[in-house]
Amino acid sequence: MSFLIQVLRIAGPYGLAALAGTFSELGGVVNIALEGMLLAGALGATLAAYETGSPWLGVLAGIAAGMLLSCLHAWASLRHRVDQIVSSLACNFLAAGLCRFVLKLIFHSTSNSARVEGLSAWGPFDPFLVMFFLIVGLCQWGVYRTRFGLRLRSVGEHPHAAESLGVSVLGMRFKGVLISGALAGLGGAWLALEQHQFTDGMSGGRGYIALAAVILGRWTPLGAAGAAIFFGLAESLQIILQAYGVQIPTQFVQMLPYLMTLAAVAGVAGRSRPPAADGVPYSSEQG
Amino acid sequence: MKAILREARWVGVTIILLAVALTLGTLALKQSPAEIFHLIASQVLFDGYGLGQTLYKATMLIFTGLACSLAFRCGLFNIGAEGQLYAGAFAMTLVGLRFPGLPGIVLIPLMLVVAAAGGAAWAIVPAVLKAKRGAHEVITTMMMNFVAMAMANYLISAHFHEPETIHTAELPAAAGFPSFETMFGLFKGSPVNAALILGVLLALAIAYFLWRTPAGFEWRAVGASPDAARTSGVKVEAATIKILLASGAISGLAGTNFVLGYKHYFEQGFASGAGFLGIAVALVAKNNPIGVVPSAILFAFLSQAGLTLNRVVPREIFEILQAAAILIVVIAQNRLGGEAKK
Repeated sequence: MSFLIQVLRIAGPYGLAALAGTFSELGGVVNIALEGMLLAGALGATLAAYETGSPWLGVLAGIAAGMLLSCLHAWASLRHRVDQIVSSLACNFLAAGLCRFVLKLIFHSTSNSARVEGLSAWGPFDPFLVMFFLIVGLCQWGVYRTRFGLRLRSVGEHPHAAESLGVSVLGMRFKGVLISGALAGLGGAWLALEQHQFTDGMSGGRGYIALAAVILGRWTPLGAAGAAIFFGLAESLQIILQAYGVQIPTQFVQMLPYLMTLAAVAGVAGRSRPPAADGVPYSSEQG
Repeated sequence: MKAILREARWVGVTIILLAVALTLGTLALKQSPAEIFHLIASQVLFDGYGLGQTLYKATMLIFTGLACSLAFRCGLFNIGAEGQLYAGAFAMTLVGLRFPGLPGIVLIPLMLVVAAAGGAAWAIVPAVLKAKRGAHEVITTMMMNFVAMAMANYLISAHFHEPETIHTAELPAAAGFPSFETMFGLFKGSPVNAALILGVLLALAIAYFLWRTPAGFEWRAVGASPDAARTSGVKVEAATIKILLASGAISGLAGTNFVLGYKHYFEQGFASGAGFLGIAVALVAKNNPIGVVPSAILFAFLSQAGLTLNRVVPREIFEILQAAAILIVVIAQNRLGGEAKK
């Protein structure tokens, strides 16, 4: 049981970032900025928890920081029709530089922040884990059982058809990216509050692994969360095996998600197909 | 040629906007912009060592920027330069260590060929998956980056490192590029070396290839519209594979600046993100090989200026400026460039 909890705790931030990627891409906006949003969320959470002493305000600030960065991505890629990959890459560069800058300015350190309070447990439950499961369920329901979800998927699959039915393509896409920022920001807050501090580069490539989980999960919330849990399992198995004296070079375990993604896009187990209009800038004039 | 130069004007636009942003930034930090610009001029721009460091850093960015711009120009978003760079540099180092007795005139060209082959080899999987399966190259090249870094770390730490270090043994003395200091007595104390000349020549060669040869025309046609290219008889799948392999080969050569020109060994993480920054370099240059040279120098200058000024203003400001440069330029290109076309 404690092993399962450990797996889920490792997988959780991956999972939230993967859900974030799923929302953005279902609406047709590629989001490589997950890494930056995790980082922004972690810093936002640490700053707010440090200044106010309340970890819950930290959680909210983390979500807000992720959304703020997602607004920049949305502004450049939707309003100015900048290539979405370019725009989200720039967001990553920006987040990395900005976080280091703030770290230096506020905490006078190049590596880590001061210690902050984490969330206190709800009885036997980790609040982040409870939130994670609620959010996964909510996302799956929201995407497949609500009008909002149908519209979001429609602007990702066939934006012109959606617009002809009166759906605002840019509006829906903006909402998708905004939700994406909130989810990834929450993932970042989880990282920071669990370790009780912000450290430089603490997202550690999780945003990119999350992109892999989006693909392996075939652009569904449940699938993305499942893939993230699998990656968490791989990571904790390595720790366990080492405790039993079985030595697998860490680097091979690190490669696993990436190799699996390559296998998935190669179509080893059936085709994994992104939303049809994923990554295509939209303008109502073309059509 | 005129058109090529006209496109390179984006680098100028970026420099002006960045100077404005830096002025505002320093004012916000209650520092004197005049002092900052004086420091930049005296310690980076008009200082042999500072300028040499800038050019040394620019060299690796020229290669990765060229690799990205070639692929982007031909419609393929290869963001795998980082991994291809490591693959090329590692392969090259192994060859150098394996044949210590060869004279430089044989060994250096051999190492260059192996570096290019290593980089191209790392692009094979994304290239084939793109051509045969339609798998998006952004995802596959990104995944290959992480695999390359993990693989290099494993090979170094498990097999090839010198005790107490994270680098390989030193290469034979014959495997070295001369520095500008030994060649011309320029940039004293800085490791800027012949790899820079190689990079500039490569930029000219790529520009010539793309705009003056039939194959270059076909590749650009694939970038402009794959369907139209296919209709007019271009073998798009074969071209796709060739473009990605060529881009990988150019990235593979980027490590020469460090391995042949500076430290003479392979070290874990030596590129420190040059492959990723190459994407930005290419974008600011509007994917124009000639423009890549000034664009790479601009980004190298920002990072060197950051290091030099670190005592006065946090150098992270310059990282933020690099991100701003990308956004400013791509938005300006979309706004202004788009209207001009209509």
